[in-house]
Amino acid sequence: MTPGLWELVLKGIWVTLQLLFLGSLVAGAVSFVVGVARTSRRWIVRFLAGLYTEVFRGTSALIMIFWVYFVLPLAFGWQLVPLWAGTLALGLTYGAYGSEIVRGALNAVDPAQREGGIALSFTPWQRMRLILLPQAVPEMIPSFCNLLVELLKGTALVSIMGMGDLAFSGNLVRLALQESAEIYAYILLIYFVIAFVITRLMRVLERRLKAGLGRAPERPAAARETRRASASGVGAASGGTS
Amino acid sequence: MTWDWSAVGDFMPLFRDGLLVTLKALALGSLISFALGLVWALLMRAPTRWVRWPVGAVTEFVRNTPLLVQLFFLFYVLPEWNITFSALTTGVVAIGLHYSTYTMQVYRAGIEGVPAGQWEAATALNLPLRRTWTAVILPQAIRRVVPALGNYVISMLKDTPMLMAITVLEMLGEARLYSQEHFQFTEPLTVIGVAFILISYPASLLLRALERRLVR
Repeated sequence: MTPGLWELVLKGIWVTLQLLFLGSLVAGAVSFVVGVARTSRRWIVRFLAGLYTEVFRGTSALIMIFWVYFVLPLAFGWQLVPLWAGTLALGLTYGAYGSEIVRGALNAVDPAQREGGIALSFTPWQRMRLILLPQAVPEMIPSFCNLLVELLKGTALVSIMGMGDLAFSGNLVRLALQESAEIYAYILLIYFVIAFVITRLMRVLERRLKAGLGRAPERPAAARETRRASASGVGAASGGTS
Repeated sequence: MTWDWSAVGDFMPLFRDGLLVTLKALALGSLISFALGLVWALLMRAPTRWVRWPVGAVTEFVRNTPLLVQLFFLFYVLPEWNITFSALTTGVVAIGLHYSTYTMQVYRAGIEGVPAGQWEAATALNLPLRRTWTAVILPQAIRRVVPALGNYVISMLKDTPMLMAITVLEMLGEARLYSQEHFQFTEPLTVIGVAFILISYPASLLLRALERRLVR
């Protein structure tokens, strides 16, 4: 490969990383808002949040991307810059999966903790902020790590709309080189390296957060996956959407 | 926002074709992933590290890279190696391969979930290894993993639109074709979006019921 083609790949990596970062910000915000809403006392809030989750989890990320690109401009008369369109579609879809993680972790906090908050006459918001979230967040990290890798894999979808991410630049280089095996092997490897870095960083984060609570992180990855697979709640959230 | 019901009607025959292709890809992809996943899971229990390590590394790699790029890889590289499949076959193989790395974990959990006493009983009865697996371990393991496998079938369903990128005319492919010819995007995209929800939501309810019954 010539330096010019490598430059193309580098640009692709940059776009993919931007999408990953912005998409995870949106997805994280959506996860927490919708996930907390699903534990609300008002049924209408729970219902709407549940509806959101089912709709965005029920369709596929690629269909959402098509929707944001083609239907939004026609329907509402505003078109998003490709980067923001991709961010929005990915963030909303993966946020729906994330909301299940948040809900599950909040429900897993010992009920006595909630009751303690009530006994101290904390407001619901204070209970959430001071008691529930600090204990629930470290438990969410392993699941969010998986979700982040899924989001990374999901960013490749925007290449179908012609956005110059890593998968797209791979296609361009393929056309230039007429040699597919080499370039795709590189592209796959780059994705793998990014995923590997994500996994490592999240493990460090988990250790930090759990140390703050005086707990040890779950150590072996194998045991974690085992438990998750055997105790997987349905809703397909536990699965992969790549 | 304009909604044109006649476009919905026009799109219906194409939608039906696309739905059939989607379901076909889903069925075949599921079969491949179920079978391959079991093979990986059994290989991961091999006594020698020289089998376990490569299988672990390859499946880890496949699981952490995008299915879309894997699709492109198979679609463009295989012909260069003089292996030619139809686009649908390539897509089915890619989906099956990708998800086999997930089902592998499910099987592993299922196998590890079989109580140790069952192994000991098989040893006590002097069952040969093959019989131990086929008559004792796997029947109990598979029962436990059915709901988790079902989850991945739903995930696979939601990944089938990617096949559009390698020219397979499944639901999204048909929708895109239609919308490009008629310049009506809203209707076909909404129809297939709703179709996905109508399939995946009842399926997940069904799985939840099945899980309650099988796993306890």
